[in-house]
Amino acid sequence: MSVQFNEKQLTEFNRLVARYPEGKQKSALLPVLHLAQESFGGWLSAESMDYVAELLRIEPIEVYEVATFYSMYNLQPVGKYLFEVCQTGPCMLRGSDDIIAYIGEKLNIKPGQTTEDGMFTLKTVECLGACGYAPMMQLGKHYREHLTKEKVDAIIEECRNNAAVNN
Amino acid sequence: MAVKLLLENAHVEGIRYYEAYRRTGGYRSVEKALKMTPEAIVEEVKKSGLRGRGGAGFPAGMKWSFIAKPEGVPRHLVCNADESEPGTFKDRYLMEFLPHLLIEGLIVSSFALGSNATYIYIRGEYAWIPDILEHAIDEAKANGWLGKNILGTGFDCEIYVQRGAGAYICGEETALIESLEGKRGNPRIKPPFPAVKGVWDRPTVVNNVETLAAVVPIINMGGDEYAKIGVGRSTGTKLISACGNINKPGVYEIDMTISVEEFIYSDEYCGGIPNGKKLKACIPGGSSVPILPANLLLKTAKGETRYMNYESLSDGGFATGSMMGSGGFIVLDEDQCVVRNTLTLARFYRHESCGQCSPCREGTGWMEKILKNIEYGKGKMSDIDLLWDIQRKIEGNTICPLGDAAAWPVAAAIRHFRDEFEWHVLNPEESQRRNYGLAHYADAREIVAA
Amino acid sequence: MTIYIDNKPYEAKAGKNLLEACLAAGINLPYFCWHPSLGSVGACRQCAVKVFKDEKDTQGRLVMSCMEGVRDGVRIGVEEATAKAFREQVIEWMMTNHPHDCPVCDEGGSCHLQDMTVMTGHDYRRYHYKKRTYKNQYLGPLINHEMNRCIQCYRCVRYYHDYAGGDDLNVFAAHNHVYFGRDKDGVLQSPFSGNLAEVCPTGVFTDKTLKEHYTRKWDLTMAPSVCTHCSVGCNITAGERYGKLRCVVNRYNEEVNGYFLCDRGRFGYEFVNSENRVTQPLIRGRMSEAVSEEELMHELSVLLSQQKLVGIGSARASLESNFALRQLVGAGNFYAGISETEAYLTRLIVQVMQEGTLHSASLKDIEQADAVIVLGEDVWNTAPMMALAVRQAAMKTAANNAAAQLSLPAWHDAAIKELVQTDKGFLANITVAGSPIDNIAQVTVHAVPDDIARLGFAVAHELSNTLPALANADEKLLQTARQIAAALQQSKHPVIVSGLSCVNSAVIRAAFDIAAALNNTHWKASVAYVLPECNSMGLALMQAPSAERIFDSSNANDMTALILENDLYRYLPQATADAFFSRCSNVIALDSIHNNTTEKAQVLIPAATFAEADGSMVNYEGRTQHYYKVFIPKEGHIKESFHWLNSMRIAKNNRSNGHGLSLDELLHEAEIEMPVFEGVHDAMLSPHYSIHGEHIPREPHRYSGRTAMYANLNVSEQKPLQEEGESAFGFTMEGFKGQPPADAAPFFWSPGWNSGQSVTKYQQEPGGAFKGHIPAVQLFHDKVDKAPVFFKDIPEAFVARKQKWLVLPQYHVLASGELSSYTKALASLLPEACVVLSETDAALLGVRDGDKIRVHPGTTALPVKVHLSLANGVVLISAGLPGTEVYNWGDWVKIEKE
Repeated sequence: MSVQFNEKQLTEFNRLVARYPEGKQKSALLPVLHLAQESFGGWLSAESMDYVAELLRIEPIEVYEVATFYSMYNLQPVGKYLFEVCQTGPCMLRGSDDIIAYIGEKLNIKPGQTTEDGMFTLKTVECLGACGYAPMMQLGKHYREHLTKEKVDAIIEECRNNAAVNN
Repeated sequence: MAVKLLLENAHVEGIRYYEAYRRTGGYRSVEKALKMTPEAIVEEVKKSGLRGRGGAGFPAGMKWSFIAKPEGVPRHLVCNADESEPGTFKDRYLMEFLPHLLIEGLIVSSFALGSNATYIYIRGEYAWIPDILEHAIDEAKANGWLGKNILGTGFDCEIYVQRGAGAYICGEETALIESLEGKRGNPRIKPPFPAVKGVWDRPTVVNNVETLAAVVPIINMGGDEYAKIGVGRSTGTKLISACGNINKPGVYEIDMTISVEEFIYSDEYCGGIPNGKKLKACIPGGSSVPILPANLLLKTAKGETRYMNYESLSDGGFATGSMMGSGGFIVLDEDQCVVRNTLTLARFYRHESCGQCSPCREGTGWMEKILKNIEYGKGKMSDIDLLWDIQRKIEGNTICPLGDAAAWPVAAAIRHFRDEFEWHVLNPEESQRRNYGLAHYADAREIVAA
Repeated sequence: MTIYIDNKPYEAKAGKNLLEACLAAGINLPYFCWHPSLGSVGACRQCAVKVFKDEKDTQGRLVMSCMEGVRDGVRIGVEEATAKAFREQVIEWMMTNHPHDCPVCDEGGSCHLQDMTVMTGHDYRRYHYKKRTYKNQYLGPLINHEMNRCIQCYRCVRYYHDYAGGDDLNVFAAHNHVYFGRDKDGVLQSPFSGNLAEVCPTGVFTDKTLKEHYTRKWDLTMAPSVCTHCSVGCNITAGERYGKLRCVVNRYNEEVNGYFLCDRGRFGYEFVNSENRVTQPLIRGRMSEAVSEEELMHELSVLLSQQKLVGIGSARASLESNFALRQLVGAGNFYAGISETEAYLTRLIVQVMQEGTLHSASLKDIEQADAVIVLGEDVWNTAPMMALAVRQAAMKTAANNAAAQLSLPAWHDAAIKELVQTDKGFLANITVAGSPIDNIAQVTVHAVPDDIARLGFAVAHELSNTLPALANADEKLLQTARQIAAALQQSKHPVIVSGLSCVNSAVIRAAFDIAAALNNTHWKASVAYVLPECNSMGLALMQAPSAERIFDSSNANDMTALILENDLYRYLPQATADAFFSRCSNVIALDSIHNNTTEKAQVLIPAATFAEADGSMVNYEGRTQHYYKVFIPKEGHIKESFHWLNSMRIAKNNRSNGHGLSLDELLHEAEIEMPVFEGVHDAMLSPHYSIHGEHIPREPHRYSGRTAMYANLNVSEQKPLQEEGESAFGFTMEGFKGQPPADAAPFFWSPGWNSGQSVTKYQQEPGGAFKGHIPAVQLFHDKVDKAPVFFKDIPEAFVARKQKWLVLPQYHVLASGELSSYTKALASLLPEACVVLSETDAALLGVRDGDKIRVHPGTTALPVKVHLSLANGVVLISAGLPGTEVYNWGDWVKIEKE
């Protein structure tokens, strides 16, 4: 994957930068990193971060220090589908531990690992603000809430189907 | 029937969109406010007694009056939508279902503060909400409520949505400002306060989503009227996000005169504990506030009924009370293990420490490790005292309040549930398999689900 | 104002924080993230104390003393129980993850973390879990990285990035896994990286060159010394063991280098240990070239009786040695071992400085300047620590402005940094080819020397219209001049920096005219002229003609030349140097290292390096500083040059009182002979100096003598060699055991303070002047009422010539001195020598990057490097790198494609 925004992504980049005062383009760093992560395979390679630095006219190291601080930036490649399951108190009270264990068993991976086919990554995360709809996980842009084993089965199925259709 | 100021129209069909929102009286406060002077708006907010809904409860009008107004320097209002305190999801509800209410509040507040560029800093995980907000902003703009020369008053205002990227600490206002500037979310040392030097060195006010939404009813009904709702210094209504072991988790608007008991057991709110289980404990204001056992939750130490408001929830101080905090209401039933719950919270705070100052950076990690050992049957009696000692030295001694937030849950858990910790140490084999149970914490009246 | 610490009253200075006040009061209060040069950020929470409202308040409030300003009457409790318990807890937190590897850690024994741990009384471990671990990085040959030891005080990034402007070291990740390092393995790019080893309070960043021959601080023999690698004269403490120089560390000097050193100065010491040292007297042509001292003196007495005796002095030898040579050969036969151009330019600077109408700027003056103009000097490469001072001026001016806005105290780094954002104080960096300080400058100009001078004169004219205006000036130049002049007029403490980089006298004159024009509106403008070598100024003040002037004499043949610590091939073009040697029938060289000149010598005499010698040097500002021998080399033949020269003088004059002149006698003689040096002996501690009749020991009292380094040979510690005659310092651990005054302290140490941070105990206040009287021997004196005599001689605008190029030297930050490149680590970092050309000129010659070209006159072909903003008609050629040639700098050369 070449590290270069396409025209549409560049338009979005320009929209993001335009929100900040003149000379404060660095402020756009967080949203631009999100854009880069989405555009370049779901994670941030050194190459992508250097590209972002170049676009924002800042030093690459300024990008690295920020990218490593925030938990949403993946600095290693992840599977096509990233299951981020919350494990904090309110979700734990509603059985998130069982859900995490179930997903792990089903996909034969531990939290932090990716399935051999590169399809799924399981990641435990801290509170995502869906405590009333626990247990839950983030999948891409959206939340999957009120998780049960059956729902997990369905989600995995759905991902596999989507992947098959897209191929 | 409880008063509803924010969620009154939450169930109106299409309320997420401009047409339905306007039809139900939306944007009236802008029409009214833009005819007032900014000072008069600040005055109304002061009169309303509105307290910051993010957790600290600082009077909003007072905060607004601190903003510096140096000649020729732009000022900014920043909406803190980095809702990350475990148990709290009320701002998400507002933004997801009533985006125009927030936008309306932001326009009025921006006018009051003189902010021509207002930013909503939203936690990165709420990845779908910026689209909703931006759609609402576009609609508002198309209808003349935003942009240049709003309602012909000469007031210009733009609202931008900026996503965070996963850092609880960015809910702290100075860390949020750093993050908004594209930096690591390390809190700044105050002074200087953001009201003097905030984002890009400009005077800045950072307010919570709910606080800014509450400006709408305050302007519509007047500060004095708003102050009549509620009790004492807990004026107006408050959104409570209820979760944990209850029948009806969700977001509720309360007028702060109802009792905790009513809130948990009435069908209008949480609807009681599922499966006929008993109430064991509750964290009433987001994960950082002290956990209370049922007996101290429903009644204060003096035996008086505890109410869902700032004063009553903190009655008894940290010894026998808790806090209103961010309104994240987490209920634990009799099957829950306090040690395990505390462990997940300690893990959360360790993970979210920015790593700047030593007590928080090193202390949170150590507490997590000790709690893990106790939970998994490897603890010692002395570990409980050690935990107590560590949290006590963290509290009050860090750059930002995250240290306190990490220390309080541990302190309260030991304070009220010490025997449960000891039981874990004494029964290492059982600590994983079986719950310590209710012991003597349950409400004496043996309240069970209705 | 008065403050109360544990109920005892102390005097404190306004504008300081409580930590500084406590330390100034001599109280032991632990700290990590605060540093006198970096200010406070309140991150480590180690310096907590109780602050009480009044006498009745027994509760008090726990505060971080570094974040709280001094107020009159404030009552603080350092020994208060909760404060003490909290400080112990902070250490315990840090110790949860700090490895217990002190025995194998290079920092052990001079570790601030060790000291602070002991100070808080933390001695029992309650943390029973695995410690966190990190992967270390390769940071190059100078600095070692051991992240596991990190206590996350953030000092490294605050120093490296904020203070020194380095952009390849930073903090990554978050919570209890923050990481300090580079984005990936690689050599640290800042030439000030060595300070990390001292800024880091523990062993994360350590000196990798020391690791090659490691010795604990307590096993070092140390002495106060002065860096010999450029004309700034930073103060250093050098340490030796078993005849090897082990390391150089910063020696605090408030006026000069403060707390820091550049990498050339810190790591450039290895030449002392070089295998290439001259260790024995040599007489060429003998069956056995190495000879005894008697044979040597016999040979010398014959050679010295020759008629045509000339002495070539050295810009890197001490005042004493140069003077001893001058006395030996006679003032009329004493020449400076530099080119005529350099001699002319340094003389011009001496003339300007001696006039006294301008103040000679110390590094501290530069740091405190609120506007700096660098006129023509490549200060980054020729005087790195001055470049760092220029950076501080730009940063501090912005910080002071920001602090004044909100009346914040100057120490409040955390808040000030936020306020300053990217603001900078005024800096105009006007150079031939740019430098890294360009990116903090408001005005950057890249131009040829004559045009730089013209811009300077134009600024002077803008400042004072009695000065001539430029004829035929282009509007852009005038605009720049106006911008600079406007900034200077608004400033209160402007400094003009210039020097010899441009090899152009008009630049030096223009710098004078700017500063002198400012004198009309300001009390005194300051100037700093950078010179090439550590004692260039000392040599220049001796007013000797250049070595090239020897040819002026009609009978410059069959000379017997005495060459002092000088490789003429580094100062003169090869042809000139060859011509010189062809006219010598005898060459006697005194030097420490074999070089091209010593190759020409019939008689070669082993000279001591700075580490084995006592001596005085005059830095660029006219400050005389004295250095003391760290050790006596085992090779008994190595002696200070002045020592040899005195012996020769005795032999020549047949004086046979059996004693050479001692160092102080020599200095007194010099003061009488050359009044310009009046007072220089004050810079030196008298050899008769003692405290209670005792020497000051060069070895710490904990010198162990028990390490097993040579146990295979002998289990006893070797006895250090002792000096003949008197000296203030002894070579053993015997002697005075208390704390000597700062100028007589061979190293800084205080009970409980084993690291370099013990310097605080010698200061009146942290980051301030030393306690007691420290003589500053300044040879240039401000003359208050004297009116300046302006030069006003504006050169014509530069016109590029056909087929000819103006040749200028391009120095390198790590190697523009002769000796630093003998450090393997530094040598490995040096770039390949090259010729820098403008884009147009390169096209004209049909060459691209990397193509080889030949410069005439000259012998070697060099690769081309194209420079985008270099003016046409100029070439820059690498100078000072090992093996590079010397050209007639400032002259015209021809170039042809190889």
